[in-house]
Amino acid sequence: MHSQVLICGPHAHSMSSITRVMMLVVLALLPTTLFGLYVFGWPAIFLFLVTLVSALAFEAMCLFIAQKSISRYLFDGSALLTGWLVAMTLPPWAPWWIGVLGSGIAIIVGKHLYGGLGQNPFNPAMVARIMLLISFPLHMTTWIMPAPLFSKNAPGFLEGFAITFFGNVQFDAISQASVLDYVSAELGRARTLETILPETFSYLSLTLGQVPGSIGETSALLILVGGVILLFTRTVTWHIPLSIIITTVVLASIFNFIDPNRYPDAIFHLASGSLIFCAFFFATDYVTSPTAPEAQLVYGVGIALLTFVIRTWAAFPEGVGFAILFMNACTPLIDHFIRPRVFGRNRSGKPLVAATGGKK
Amino acid sequence: MSFAFPNFRAAGKLFSIRGGVHPDDNKKLSSETAIEQMPLPNLLRIPLQQHIGAPAEPVVAKGDIVDKGQLLAVGKGNISAAIHAPTSGKIVAIGYFVAPHPSGLPVYTITLRPDGEERWTELPEPLDLEQSTPEDISARVASAGIVGMGGATFPSSVKLNLRNRFKLETLVINAAECEPYLTCDDRLLRERSTDVADGIAFMARALGVNKIIIGIEENKPVATAAMKKAAEEILTNAQVVPVPTRYPMGSEKHLVQVLTGQETPARGLTADLGIIVHNGATAYAIHKAARYGQPLISRVVTVSGRAVKRPANVEVLMGTPISDIIDHCGGLVCTPSRLLLGGPMMGQPIANARAPVVKGSNGILALNDSETRRDEVMPCIRCGNCVNACPSGLTPLDINARIRNEELDGAVDIGLLDCVSCGACSYSCPSNIPLVQSFNYAKGKLTDQQRIKHRQEETKRLAKQRKERMERIAAAKREAMARRKAEKAAKKKKLDDAKETSSLSNVEADSLTKSEPKINADAAVDNPVTEAAE
Repeated sequence: MHSQVLICGPHAHSMSSITRVMMLVVLALLPTTLFGLYVFGWPAIFLFLVTLVSALAFEAMCLFIAQKSISRYLFDGSALLTGWLVAMTLPPWAPWWIGVLGSGIAIIVGKHLYGGLGQNPFNPAMVARIMLLISFPLHMTTWIMPAPLFSKNAPGFLEGFAITFFGNVQFDAISQASVLDYVSAELGRARTLETILPETFSYLSLTLGQVPGSIGETSALLILVGGVILLFTRTVTWHIPLSIIITTVVLASIFNFIDPNRYPDAIFHLASGSLIFCAFFFATDYVTSPTAPEAQLVYGVGIALLTFVIRTWAAFPEGVGFAILFMNACTPLIDHFIRPRVFGRNRSGKPLVAATGGKK
Repeated sequence: MSFAFPNFRAAGKLFSIRGGVHPDDNKKLSSETAIEQMPLPNLLRIPLQQHIGAPAEPVVAKGDIVDKGQLLAVGKGNISAAIHAPTSGKIVAIGYFVAPHPSGLPVYTITLRPDGEERWTELPEPLDLEQSTPEDISARVASAGIVGMGGATFPSSVKLNLRNRFKLETLVINAAECEPYLTCDDRLLRERSTDVADGIAFMARALGVNKIIIGIEENKPVATAAMKKAAEEILTNAQVVPVPTRYPMGSEKHLVQVLTGQETPARGLTADLGIIVHNGATAYAIHKAARYGQPLISRVVTVSGRAVKRPANVEVLMGTPISDIIDHCGGLVCTPSRLLLGGPMMGQPIANARAPVVKGSNGILALNDSETRRDEVMPCIRCGNCVNACPSGLTPLDINARIRNEELDGAVDIGLLDCVSCGACSYSCPSNIPLVQSFNYAKGKLTDQQRIKHRQEETKRLAKQRKERMERIAAAKREAMARRKAEKAAKKKKLDDAKETSSLSNVEADSLTKSEPKINADAAVDNPVTEAAE
């Protein structure tokens, strides 16, 4: 017989791979992406493509500098997914350089400065989003009303090209504040929700995505479809997204019950902003979230708590991004202290004591 | 706390365990063909180490003609097993031969050339279930050389004797057969269910338990039905329970938890819960030993994998060369990428196909490239698949990180030694990281370190003992010297006294030296003043 190197089992493999996992996430992103690209038209499509291509280019550059195998890592799907997620968070008509800068921050600062795939403590796409938000608040909060492709108000191919690449401003007229911005600002003027909310969008349009917002985060319904895809393909477990959603619902309901005029209800919290999107696509990022189910619950609850606090009492109307980065930083700590219970041992690591039987 | 559940439960109600994976079971390759008898091979290579524990000691010599079932080697020590002649023939060699072990290192082996007569030796009287005592049964099991046939090869009689040390209530029969490809237990349960049930009855009697649970994975409905029927006819208080098809359901502690809800304490035995787990094939071997007096000389082996021409379940004699069995199954259709003894999850590569099948060999797998494909290793993306797959509740990615850092103690702190080496983590890792492989390496290294530490401590202890001994010897020498000196001095003094004071009587001089305490002999010599004062 032929000689063999000493090898030990398992000799079979599940055949899952990083690329497969990343592509499943992309698949889950498709519904909301396609919808976003459709409702925001050509500028959004250009911005999306620019962001994706630049993410891959930065990845290739970093791999080259780090002397890692480009053929092995470039198309593992992680850079594509990072670029994709960055694009999802951008205002649809933002100029091209916002997309390129976002990809650059995500890939270079967020990922490769820490050592590349699997080494980054913070979610690269979220790092990019927050850095852009702080550095370019105007560009990052200029929302437009949806104007679906080929509809009357929508910019055509060339106009869209101009908006993305030459900063054409003729469409400024239809820019709007997001719902969270608006409510936050109006509450600041000591108005009550009872009077503010009717001025904003109905929950139905928030759910369907007939509102201004970033490319990928307008339709809560399609995001949920993506979330269901993630759960059904077992790409992520329910622990993180559900703990975020449930905690938010509980908190919002409690405060709404205390003072309905000051604190919006749970549906408002879920339907507006990017909470659901972040709960499924940012918070569940493998590298930066805890691995054990128990630890993931703590992480999810933490994100929801911080988001609620920031949304309700802090200066920024949208807190989920900060909440996720903060909990990313806590992940090693959570992972260290919250581990699954070992078989045959109690939580503190001592062997269990048999209830029956025993030595004679 | 699941372990506190009462032992008695509604029939069929199962408890959950964490972790596990669902590999392609590939059982259809071999599950639908009946067990076939392998014709006598030209030579049988019978290793004296087919079990956990000390190797057996041969009681035959080269050139002996032996009968089928005749004792070839006796178990040595508490944990060992006897070995018998699988057929009649001539002992042509006793010496080192390649072992069915990945190392391919040789073990002491008896080589038997069958004479084709299949002439049985005189077998012990059959046992009667009602008449025999637990001692009779476990003695018979010991003399038949029966070991755990699920692969662990622990001597079964030792396990049956646990009744003396533990309060036992339940016998669990492990017929989960969770390893993919393997169907030998499945076929055995389908075709010989009454014999298996009879063996179980003997086991239960030997253990003194009146509750029996037979756990079979759900992917074996025919075997489950056959066992149910047989259990109804033969056994009282037996339940045949289908358990979810999930690897590693056949891990005994996990099977016990699924069936009874009781969790075996870490570092403990299922016997601590009053439960003993035996394999279905072991029950069959015990049936043969009890009812016919036949020792364990053959077993059913699954030959499968897509590199084998005709996958099958073959009943083979212990010591049959693996290459002969593959040839019996039509040979190989391509060069296998892996040739394994056991299943694809925990099986071991076969270093040399001339090695024989032994008591614990449940499968011979020749897997082709598509069945063993593994992509190159990528960085860990912390996806947590390994955490979710681990049936022991460990965090394999963290343990691996610590091992790669050479922090073995740190790895032990987070549960390295609670790992059962099932390989579910490596199986599920999308980055193809060799997790369980690294744990096995670390466990080996820890054993090494312990051995070195033990050796150092032993050396230290011996050195200390030697030092003490030398000191004792030196002290004794000093004492003897001092005594001699004192005696000499006393003698001298006596002479001097006699010379100096002839007026003093001999009697007085004698009494003077005698009254001198021995220990002060030196002082007495050194201090003539004191002496003079007296």
